[in-house]
Amino acid sequence: MNIGNLPFVVAALLVLFGLYTFLFKRNLIKLVIGITLIETGVNLFLVTLGYRTNGISPIYTFAPEAQKMVLPTPQALTLTSIVIGLATTALLLSFAVFIHRHYGTLDVRKVKELKG
Amino acid sequence: MKNEGMTVIVRTVTRFVYGMIILFGFYVIMHGHLTPGGGFQGGAVVASAFALLLVAFGSSGLKGHVNLHWLQSIEEVGALSFLALAFLGIGTAFFYNLLANSGGFLFGASVPAGPNAGVFAAGGLVPLMNWAVGLKVMTGISAVVIIMLIGSSKEETE
Amino acid sequence: MRKALLLVIFLFVSAFLLLGVADMRSFGEPQIADMDDYYVAHAQGEVAVNNVVTAVVFDYRGFDTLGEATVLFAAVVGILALFRKPRKEER
Repeated sequence: MNIGNLPFVVAALLVLFGLYTFLFKRNLIKLVIGITLIETGVNLFLVTLGYRTNGISPIYTFAPEAQKMVLPTPQALTLTSIVIGLATTALLLSFAVFIHRHYGTLDVRKVKELKG
Repeated sequence: MKNEGMTVIVRTVTRFVYGMIILFGFYVIMHGHLTPGGGFQGGAVVASAFALLLVAFGSSGLKGHVNLHWLQSIEEVGALSFLALAFLGIGTAFFYNLLANSGGFLFGASVPAGPNAGVFAAGGLVPLMNWAVGLKVMTGISAVVIIMLIGSSKEETE
Repeated sequence: MRKALLLVIFLFVSAFLLLGVADMRSFGEPQIADMDDYYVAHAQGEVAVNNVVTAVVFDYRGFDTLGEATVLFAAVVGILALFRKPRKEER
């Protein structure tokens, strides 16, 4: 096990924290926080996949001469992923507002029955 | 639940600062093909200026000034123009960059190879797509923020 | 009973993830990077922009950006439709 692999281990730890919050908590807002933590861990993993040692950012404006650049494709994929995470979180929170208005509580075990 | 906003200091500083945040957001959108940034990042900056206005003045202070139909219409214009720009080069391929290196009037210059100081009038369809996506993101997120604030506060009395 | 089952599943998934991550290649040395070398070398010639990430997002991989714009539009329309008040008919 290489000690230089620490960024990958940190991304996996973020996913595990989000999974623990999602499985073992009862409040609806805490479940949404767990889902957001999982998405953050996945985005961090995508960005750290495309790093080159001693590379500069892939922009040619005022760049120093003759240096290699990091890979640009994982950054483009992470941009898309962040925007989709924003859309998902907004819809989840709107549903949480509606559930609280209809049932009067935010406990996940009490909102299982259908109420007229 | 009252929505009156915050103290006098916060309101005064917000009146000075929110114009600069909107201007900075437009700068990030417009120079997306030269410096780090682009459509999505600049749209998020402008939407955060709108969220600052909403927090400082409350939903009762902004009631007469914001028209929700304008925000929805500008978002639809942004989405449709992004699709129309993608269909412009349909003779060769979908999403073909028609105006790059063409020497014409609208963003047609060429860029010298290697590190340079940045040519603004270059890039073809990329700056126009930056503007379309920037308009879409900024009005979309502003509309979502104001709808969620209004829709979840007054309904307790009904 | 249910909590014990969830704990077993969580320990299994965490062992899977951590052992898989510890066995990966070293951080900072991508092994197969031919596509990205092509993008970095030809972005100023074909697309005529200085920012390679913007060229990848809007020109080389523009179809993914179209899908993302559609998802954002659908989410905004969904939220605006959820919070609509029913209009009472006055007759």
